[in-house]
Parts: sequence; structure tokens; C-alpha cells
Amino acid sequence: MAFGGVVLSLWLVAAAAGPDSYLRIVDWLGTPIGMILLVGWSFSFFYHLANGIRHLFWDAGMGFALDRARTSGIAVVVAATIMTVMFWVIALSGGGA
Amino acid sequence: MSLRSPLGRVLGLGSARSGFGHWWAQRLTAAALVPLGLWFAFSMAGLASTDYWSVTAWIAEPLHATLLLLLLLSLLYHSSLGLQVVIEDYVHHGAARLIALVGTQFLHVLMAVAGIYAIVTVSVGAQA
Repeated sequence: MAFGGVVLSLWLVAAAAGPDSYLRIVDWLGTPIGMILLVGWSFSFFYHLANGIRHLFWDAGMGFALDRARTSGIAVVVAATIMTVMFWVIALSGGGA
Repeated sequence: MSLRSPLGRVLGLGSARSGFGHWWAQRLTAAALVPLGLWFAFSMAGLASTDYWSVTAWIAEPLHATLLLLLLLSLLYHSSLGLQVVIEDYVHHGAARLIALVGTQFLHVLMAVAGIYAIVTVSVGAQA
């Protein structure tokens, strides 16, 4: 997750530095290793986001019962998977990265 | 067996002081990052196949630049707070712990400054 923040900063700096630097970053992200990292990050990101919402509800004192916590845990994985698939359908329907 | 009172032992140890600020800041940035993160992720999916000039034009839109700055700052702050907890929990050796803590904070500030500068540069460049 934290390394994704590094890539976000690199992406912004590359966009500011000009077309050549930007292309180098995009090319690197388009390699097989880059794509594996992107798929991993997208799922980790959506999982972190959904589980974070679950934790915010816990902080508010809601959903603590064991059965509710188990159900929300499954819901988090399902929601993260759906969002990851949606993300890649949109990303790849534009013609690929 | 210490003769100090329980109150005397815990006074000034933290959690009722700066610990709450840390906890609260992490929750506030988490709440802000839910809409900002979803907006950013799905915008990126839409931009995946576009060229350099469309991407910089997209960043330079005033609304996008504003939201990107908010995203960048809350994300890096949230990340810095989160990594701080991981290091505090798992790095026990004094020197390594200090270097890791200070190092991550420096890196986060560096990324924030570089990112802000980049967003401003792209926005200003697109209008010139």
C-alpha cells in the first residue's frame, strides 16, 4: 500500500517532467511485472478501503458480534473482488494500458 | 512492588495525549480517502489508455487538481501514520527504530512536496 503511494508520486512527477519521462513510467507499468504489481495493488487498495470502512464501523461500536464480524469479513473480500474486476474491465475496455 | 500510586505510574505516558491525535488523524484521513480513493482509482481506469496530453489536461482541470492535492495529502499522511505504527510495533532495536521512523517521515514529506510541485507545474503549464 505504501509503495503504491511512491508510484502515485512518481506518476505525478513524471507527468510534470514531460512526455518522455511519462512514457517511461507508463512503459514500465505496462511490462508483465508492472501489470502484476498493478493487479496486486488494485486488489490490495480495494481490500484496504473496504476493510477500512469495516474498522470505522467497529470504532463506532457497531457490528462487533462474532457472527456480524464474520459476515462483514466475507463481504469485504467479495466487495474488493467486485471493485477490482470493475476497475480492470474499465481500464482494459479503453484499449489496454 | 512499587510504592508509586497507579495514577503516578501512568501520568504522562502518552495515550491520553498525543496518542489520541494520532488515532483521530488516522480515522479522519481514512474517512476522507474513501470517496477520494474511489474517485481516483476509477478515474485512473478511465485514463489508462489515453495519451500524455489527455492525462496532463485531465490533471490540470481545476476540480481534478484540487481533488488530487487532497488525495495526495490525506493518502501520504494516512500512510505515514500507518507505517509509524507498524515500525513502533515491530522494530525493537533503538537505533534501527529511530532511523526507520525518521526515514519514513522524511520520505513521506519528500513525496508530498514533490507531488504538490508536480500538480501545480502541470496545472500552470497547461494554462500558459
